[in-house]
Amino acid sequence: MSQIRALIVDDSSVMRKIVERSLRQAGLDLSSVMEAGNGAEALGILDANPVDLILSDINMPVMDGLEFVRQLQTVEKLRGVPVVMITTEGSESNVVQALSLGAKGYIRKPFTPDQVKEHVLPVLGL
Amino acid sequence: MTPFSESSIAIAVFDRTAWTPLLELSAREVFDIMLSTKLQAFDKSADLNDGEFTALVGLAGSLCGVLSIRCNDQAARTMASKMLGMPEEDVDNDSWDALGEIANMIAGNFKGKLSGVGNQCMLSVPTIIVGTDYETRSLRGGNMIEVVFGFEGKPLWVSLELHE
Repeated sequence: MSQIRALIVDDSSVMRKIVERSLRQAGLDLSSVMEAGNGAEALGILDANPVDLILSDINMPVMDGLEFVRQLQTVEKLRGVPVVMITTEGSESNVVQALSLGAKGYIRKPFTPDQVKEHVLPVLGL
Repeated sequence: MTPFSESSIAIAVFDRTAWTPLLELSAREVFDIMLSTKLQAFDKSADLNDGEFTALVGLAGSLCGVLSIRCNDQAARTMASKMLGMPEEDVDNDSWDALGEIANMIAGNFKGKLSGVGNQCMLSVPTIIVGTDYETRSLRGGNMIEVVFGFEGKPLWVSLELHE
């Protein structure tokens, strides 16, 4: 995969910027980065904009990350898009649930750019 | 967020001796990893008015209460600057957002360090309070841990207040 179109879903604009910076530090060639503040907003963006990678927080207002992943699986064109959860949750249960719903990996906050690289590149087959 | 039935929740027993160093470690790790900054020790008698920004994160479940962090405007601005890798003069409302996100990460990191607690404790999205002219009332039967750090020479309060 050469150029990657990414969608970052997090209610914190600071965290969205940090995730984007970490993806670039991981060596990903990003052709576009879109941002959404919650799952519902992300679904709206995905309706008109194809992406290759989604990174999503779990704990968000309006629509949380678990419901977002669940909804993604109901849309055929979005079902195959790899999703990596980014969470502050110390709990395994939310992570296990996200993976069972279709997420391909997870990163726990706080994280280093190396951890982003370690978790994101495999789901892209890189 | 995974809901859980009330009957399945094991309420954690407050342990100040064990939890205080874990709260301290949780804060230090977040600043170390996300801001590349070592938090310093700070005199506990720091002026309480030097903290007009407060970020609150609610905890519910096996831990029930509030985690808060408090600092002044300059410290919050510096935190955002360090998190984003941008000059302080370019930071605007990002400082509020950064403070909330730091509180969120400290809370998540802390509960993850408590064996068997993390799975049954949910976090709220952060709330930010600006100003010092407010009062807080202790939770009925509550317990509180407060740690004061030095961040760039300014005080940073990290508090955990829990219901019995």
